[in-house]
Amino acid sequence: MITLTPLRQFRFPVMAECINPDVFQGKSVDEIAQLTVWEGNKQKKLCELFKIEQSLAEAPSIVINGNVEEVRRIGSGMKSGEIVINGNAGMHLGEKMAGGKITVNGDAEGWAGSDMKNGLLEIMGNAGPYLASPYRGSSTGMRGGKIIVHGNVGTDAAVFLKGGTIKILGDAGPFMGFRMCDGTIHIEKNCGTRVGACMTGGKIVVSGVLEEVLPTFTIDSVKAKVKIEEGDSATGPFYVFLGDLAENGNGKLYVSKANNPHLSTYEKYL
Amino acid sequence: MELLIKNGFVFDPINGINGEKMDIAVRNGKIVESVNDRRAKKIDATGLTVMPGGVDIHCHIAGAEVNTGRLMRPEDHIKDTERKTTLTRSGVGYSIPSTFTTGYRYSRMGYTSLMNPSMPPLEAKHTHEELNDTPMLDKASYPLLGDWWFVLEYLQKGDLTECARYVAWMMGTTKGYAIKIVNPGGLESWGFGRNVHTIDDKVPNFDITPREIMCGLAKVNKMLNLPHTIHLHTNNLGLPGNYATTLDTMRALESVATDGKPVAHITHLQFSSFAGDDWGSMRSGAEEVAKYINAHSHITCDMGQVIFTDTTTMTADGPFEYTLYQLSGHKWVNSDVETETSGGIIPFHYKRNNAVNATQWSIALELALMIEDPWKIYLTTDHPNGGPFTAYPKIIGWLISRKARMATLKKCHKKAQKKSLLPTLKRELSLYDIAIVTRAGQAKALGLKDKGHLGVGADADIAIYNVNPETIDIARKYKTVRRAFGNAAYTIKDGKVVVKDGEIVQHVDGRTIWLDVQTAEQVKVDEEMRRRFREYWTVEYENYPVTNHYLKISDPRTIKADV
Repeated sequence: MITLTPLRQFRFPVMAECINPDVFQGKSVDEIAQLTVWEGNKQKKLCELFKIEQSLAEAPSIVINGNVEEVRRIGSGMKSGEIVINGNAGMHLGEKMAGGKITVNGDAEGWAGSDMKNGLLEIMGNAGPYLASPYRGSSTGMRGGKIIVHGNVGTDAAVFLKGGTIKILGDAGPFMGFRMCDGTIHIEKNCGTRVGACMTGGKIVVSGVLEEVLPTFTIDSVKAKVKIEEGDSATGPFYVFLGDLAENGNGKLYVSKANNPHLSTYEKYL
Repeated sequence: MELLIKNGFVFDPINGINGEKMDIAVRNGKIVESVNDRRAKKIDATGLTVMPGGVDIHCHIAGAEVNTGRLMRPEDHIKDTERKTTLTRSGVGYSIPSTFTTGYRYSRMGYTSLMNPSMPPLEAKHTHEELNDTPMLDKASYPLLGDWWFVLEYLQKGDLTECARYVAWMMGTTKGYAIKIVNPGGLESWGFGRNVHTIDDKVPNFDITPREIMCGLAKVNKMLNLPHTIHLHTNNLGLPGNYATTLDTMRALESVATDGKPVAHITHLQFSSFAGDDWGSMRSGAEEVAKYINAHSHITCDMGQVIFTDTTTMTADGPFEYTLYQLSGHKWVNSDVETETSGGIIPFHYKRNNAVNATQWSIALELALMIEDPWKIYLTTDHPNGGPFTAYPKIIGWLISRKARMATLKKCHKKAQKKSLLPTLKRELSLYDIAIVTRAGQAKALGLKDKGHLGVGADADIAIYNVNPETIDIARKYKTVRRAFGNAAYTIKDGKVVVKDGEIVQHVDGRTIWLDVQTAEQVKVDEEMRRRFREYWTVEYENYPVTNHYLKISDPRTIKADV
């Protein structure tokens, strides 16, 4: 196990793709200390920014003690191992990760789990905007794996989602699941507007309040229960909406009946 | 400043030099007979290949559409960034590099002159602003004139002389170099949501056909004595079965050819050589097209090679980009440029395991190998439409080595493999042929007398590559050649060493070449012209011309016209 402790509060963004169990694997502390990172426009060695210690424990592979919200791309592309961050994490956390596990005992900035393929990302605090969404302009999207956020999530989460599961125990911002075509999202509390805009497939479950459903969604039925994943389901009853019809979509939007009495007008179309 | 390049294997096809060991002397940016052996700075090129600086006849590197392409693709830039150094500026790639990066990357490959095709005259100022910021290279632009209302009006009236005068005026006004025609008639029709499908379809609102536009402008090109021919992007581009249209186009242009010299350059020929009835039955039409070009001397062309990568397509051919959008469903941009042209941009990923893309890859190589005379077909990717220009070394590998192209073909879609003519083609280009298709032939087709060769009086634009033709068999060691052409040992621009071992060592600004065409009677900017500007364009005449102060280093070429 490698423990990293930031030596100071970083003023500039730090690009640290090298904080990755696959990169640390088989390297001694001295070798890890020599890995290069960029702080602002200056190239630095990892040991200039972090105190690096090694202990005998097997798991987790990397522990970061302290707030590192300026440190971006931690665990980028990781395939195995485990990272625990005891503090807040910076942007692009676990970007393109294909396996392993990342736990943040704090908040995560934007683009956490961006273009994720597999593995598990658990955020104990809140997540910033663009959770699991691709980089600007790209339509890649998350393709697999699981993300659990115990707090709230910012805007534009799960854009272009193509697979995998996202569980949000708190609230979610607007434009959740924009252009998603597969995969499952479960929001246990309230959800912002325009959820599922332009979606063509997949499943979004809102257990809390949803102020309005887009006019391009049509009501299909009322269901008592909905499956989130193997061994996990949400209990309703739920209104089931289909859409987004503007895109000829076949996505499913489940909205809690009990928490959304204002949607009862849809019942007459059933 | 004197420079002496000693003992290199020189490939200079225009002067018929094929790998001879000789010295090249440079003084004040020009190649000279000899220099003072003691005073001159020496470059030891023993065991290295010396060629004229590369010339690219068709690459979209600047202008409104290129810039819109940059804006709409942040995901393309994040995967390829370049940091600033003490000499060079920072920038991004990948398929549409920023201006400075474009200059540096071309220079690293030994290129020194570029032609930026398809400049809408209305966007000429923007294009030249970007070209000013593209360092290391000499540049020129082709204004899009094939669907300009003035051209259509005068051709419709049959008044070629007046048409020629306006074209000459436009060259000076936009600081252009050649007449570019894109999907003649089709772009004007696209303004009304239509397209033309044969060269004899009528253009809406103008009683004229694509055949009349092409032949008319080819005649105008001759009357004006322009150094390059018309630069033509054919009708029906990128649609199955379009090789028949391409053959019709070339046959139509026979009437203009009289002295055996080329009258038209058909650009990115690969996109115009599809056979078959639909995408399912799409196959190569390269054999028929190559047969025609082999038997005639009035056409030159370039490959438009497809590279298996994620790229951004951009062309003035709006209706074609709409077809691509319908195929891919990707984000896209389409526009209509007032009285002049249209435009479209869409990202596109060419894939090996897609039968159509793999066939396209094969068609370009088939054309390059089946057209026997390398002076007729040149190496391009139609950057960035077929792929970024940084893939040129890869294409050189496929051209010089059957082994290289068979290795790639083996990884392609089974259906494309079965249809490909590549297994039957044994031809492998020599370094001499490569020097023709990457520089000499292009310079000759462009009528650039001081580029593309190393004779006395030529510009001292020289590329030196780390390939020893005496010790290696290039067909077997194609990977060595590929590496060498990707990272020039030296690039010399106007007598200055600008690249050494693939790294920029000096920053220089290139010139902007344009034509000052002198006609007996000049176009008068009178009240009638201003009225037309007020009616046709959103800008007033005063804001239209590119004045001299727009060009960082202006290099006008004065041409005496016959009219």
